[in-house]
Amino acid sequence: MMDELITAVAHAIISRAEHLTALDQAIGDGDHGHNMKRGMEAVLAELPTLSGKPPGEVLKAAGMQLVMKVGGASGPLFGTLAMELGKALPPDPDRNDLANALALAVAGVAARGKSERGQKTMLDVLIPVEQALSGGQSSAQIKAVALAAAEATIAIKATRGRASFLGDRSIGHMDPGSYSSALIIATICDKMDTSA
Amino acid sequence: MSNVGIVIVSHSPKIAAGTADMVRQMVGDTVPLAFTGGNPDGKLGTSVEAIMTAIEAAWSETGVAILVDLGGAETNSEMAIEFMPEERRGRIVVCNAPLVEGAVIAATESSGGSSLADVRRMAEELSS
Repeated sequence: MMDELITAVAHAIISRAEHLTALDQAIGDGDHGHNMKRGMEAVLAELPTLSGKPPGEVLKAAGMQLVMKVGGASGPLFGTLAMELGKALPPDPDRNDLANALALAVAGVAARGKSERGQKTMLDVLIPVEQALSGGQSSAQIKAVALAAAEATIAIKATRGRASFLGDRSIGHMDPGSYSSALIIATICDKMDTSA
Repeated sequence: MSNVGIVIVSHSPKIAAGTADMVRQMVGDTVPLAFTGGNPDGKLGTSVEAIMTAIEAAWSETGVAILVDLGGAETNSEMAIEFMPEERRGRIVVCNAPLVEGAVIAATESSGGSSLADVRRMAEELSS
């Protein structure tokens, strides 16, 4: 199950790498899509060696690949998200376990990035998603929350990351890391729906 | 060598190498020095693995000061520190300082035998 989820997430990112890079060209250094693609390809290459391991172990190993292979700040940020989730997930997680693990993982991302909600970063997607999950919303609702939250970053002025150098000119563009996060969440929600 | 080691981390391999040249011109071989620039594909960016290798290469028992250019270099350096052996982690710092000036002044301070805290303080005074 975890293998399938991670494979789907990796393909979702890889297939939209050009678009993610285009978003980053508008307000960043223009490498987000390429970097995430390289990281996700490394994750896919690693997956066969992880078959049969508990979901938490698989997530930790996937996160480590992202940390090592992405080559930008996104590596430690998305890698931390996966590794902290992996650390916090029990072997056979229920919804409460997942909500608790996501809360810890999002806190880990905030600490790693020295950031908070409202700065036009991936936290602007992850925090509403975490709240929707712990608030008992369905996977379809959580997917909608994630995509809407990514859209909502268009109006935010960046105060963290490379986009913050642009000041007011960062307004009017979607944050690439937020869109990557929304793609990941949406993919997981779709999978959860079909497997439920 | 007991002088504090200096690690230079830039998104650009050329800036990393050039900064290291400027440091060497100032302090010669009296300070352990390593540099890294570029992502795992050799393009602009930084690599956690390469930063870990650089920390090893510049290791000193008195510690290592890392100088970085932009955001990702700092985040990846902090990640690299967390992956180092526990007994070393407390002796590796990322300086909040401009890369070139910070590296040259940190290395100069180190060459006089200063502690890691003093090396860091001198580099960070450039930002204050």
